[in-house]
Amino acid sequence: MAYLELKNVCKTYGQGTASTEVLSDINLKIEEGEFVAIVGFTGSGKTTLVNLINGLLKPTSGEILFKGKPVVDTSHERGVIFQNYSLLPWLTVGQNVAMAVKEAFPTESKTERSKRVSNYVEMVGLGPAINKRPKELSGGMRQRVSVARALAMKPEMIIMDEPLGALDALTRGNLQDEILNIWSKDKRTALLITNDVDEGIYMADRIIPLKPGPRATLGPEFKIDIERPRDKTALNDNANFMKTRNAIIAYLMDIGNKRKSVSNAIYTLPDLTPKNFVGQF
Amino acid sequence: MKQSLTMQKVTQLIGLGSLKSLSNLFSGKIGKDGVTLMLKKVVAPLASILLFIGLWHSGAKALYNMEADFKIEKALNDQGEKAADEMRACIAAGETGCQPNTLPSPAQVWASYKSLLKDHNAIRADKLAFKEKTAAMNAKRIAEGKDAITYTGRPSFVDQIMTSLKTVFAGFLLALLIAVPIGILIGLSDTLRSSVNWLIQILKPVSPVVWLLLVFMIVKTMTKNSESDSAFIISFISVGLCAMWPTLVNTAMGVASVDKDYINVAKVLKLGAVQKVFKVILPSSLPLIFTGLRITLSVAWMVLIAIELLAQSPGLGSFVWEEFQNGAMDSNSKIIVAMFVIGIIGFLLDRIMLTIQQMVSFNKNEGV
Repeated sequence: MAYLELKNVCKTYGQGTASTEVLSDINLKIEEGEFVAIVGFTGSGKTTLVNLINGLLKPTSGEILFKGKPVVDTSHERGVIFQNYSLLPWLTVGQNVAMAVKEAFPTESKTERSKRVSNYVEMVGLGPAINKRPKELSGGMRQRVSVARALAMKPEMIIMDEPLGALDALTRGNLQDEILNIWSKDKRTALLITNDVDEGIYMADRIIPLKPGPRATLGPEFKIDIERPRDKTALNDNANFMKTRNAIIAYLMDIGNKRKSVSNAIYTLPDLTPKNFVGQF
Repeated sequence: MKQSLTMQKVTQLIGLGSLKSLSNLFSGKIGKDGVTLMLKKVVAPLASILLFIGLWHSGAKALYNMEADFKIEKALNDQGEKAADEMRACIAAGETGCQPNTLPSPAQVWASYKSLLKDHNAIRADKLAFKEKTAAMNAKRIAEGKDAITYTGRPSFVDQIMTSLKTVFAGFLLALLIAVPIGILIGLSDTLRSSVNWLIQILKPVSPVVWLLLVFMIVKTMTKNSESDSAFIISFISVGLCAMWPTLVNTAMGVASVDKDYINVAKVLKLGAVQKVFKVILPSSLPLIFTGLRITLSVAWMVLIAIELLAQSPGLGSFVWEEFQNGAMDSNSKIIVAMFVIGIIGFLLDRIMLTIQQMVSFNKNEGV
């Protein structure tokens, strides 16, 4: 039995004729302790997939099983690192992490909890900034807080939704190493969603491309047979790396081109109306 | 030095940053760049104040002359040449009995301000003397279980200001206690919002006067047997009811439009309902709530004057009305003094609220 399993999952937004099928027929199996990356174009439904797995959304049809039980709600067993950090700006770094710790370990005493908080804040290298507010931090530091918050709940699985997408290349590289470091310490299961093939190859055991939406579905998986710990500078000379990278990029380019040739230039936009507060008050 | 630094901080905080250059001017630390800055921040406002006073002075003078001409002409028409000459002489001599009753000049207003201050000091001295005189007697009365004798003289202008401030704060507090909880409830529930929306829409534009009458109907009956100060109760409740709407609407809007990211965080952390409201929804809507409270306080101050005027409860409003009814020589200039006092206090209240508002607000993108 797989640790996390998605069976024929479909997700449709809207109803009737206005409905858009964002994800279609997603099948995925992740084993315990594995690091899986899903690589896809922007707008292909990556965030929808993440929200389905962490329990924020429910699939229109199909099943999501976590440790054999269907996912019906969010859970502390699955920690999420959001794309846009989603820190609460009115709380300090420590308070943001403490909020998660308090929910995940309600029976612990205050001192135990605050120890946990400072442990995790220090682990992501923000010890001196524990009393700062998010606005005083750089983008990379904010994402570290988000990482600390997700890990402080001691989740069994970490779900990362383009966690490093908004960061500059150098900070991104550092944080990749840090996340890998933390992951390799206690080998939790990890799912990384990204649009960067190199990042996927560097970090994951397996890469699965997400074909562009609407009606996005998963492509064939690519196994990454590179010894850990991986050395970023040596990767470029690694024949295995080059081969896998080229194969994935060729695959993605190919489906990209197919999509262009197939598309008859009708783009179905989601039918959204902004919430109108004006008339309500 | 330290004192001037904190002074600068305070002035900056309450949005009177231009005072900084003024203090620099007096402390002599002004550089070459400072000259243009000073021109902009000090000289220009001062010039506009002078221009305002100049226009006011000449306007008041023109009105005075017009009114005087009317008086003389009326005397001429009614009583003939001799009466008109007498009237002209009387006006020129500045006698109190025949002064034209019109817009007072800045100098008259300043004189009234000083006389009001003098009056206040006199009353305060009188009060103190009364207290001293009755201290022994009061102690005896209290020992015997009787009520102490209190000063019942007429309130001074400053006392009226204090009464008004007391009323406005009581009304503001009432508005806060009613509007914020209701706003939160309405903001949280779509069903509740649509079910009470009609009521809010209808009550929101109701005039202060009508609120006063409504409150009067209720409070009059409720306080029939008690000895409480019903004028004060009526006016502060009316002020509260008039002014609470911006807070109610803003709170509901703030709560209903919390950023989806924060809600997702609450869900992923599995916060309970109460935790979610107090740890995520309320803090994130605080900036909007305080914007509402700021409007509420300025509306409260604005309607207070009208309500005091109508409810005959003591305060600046009744001061203005009594002066208007009084029709004494300096009544008009006292009214203008009250006008400036009302304006300045309103401005200061708004600044205080703005400061608090800036303290609690955060940029939506800060956590992102």
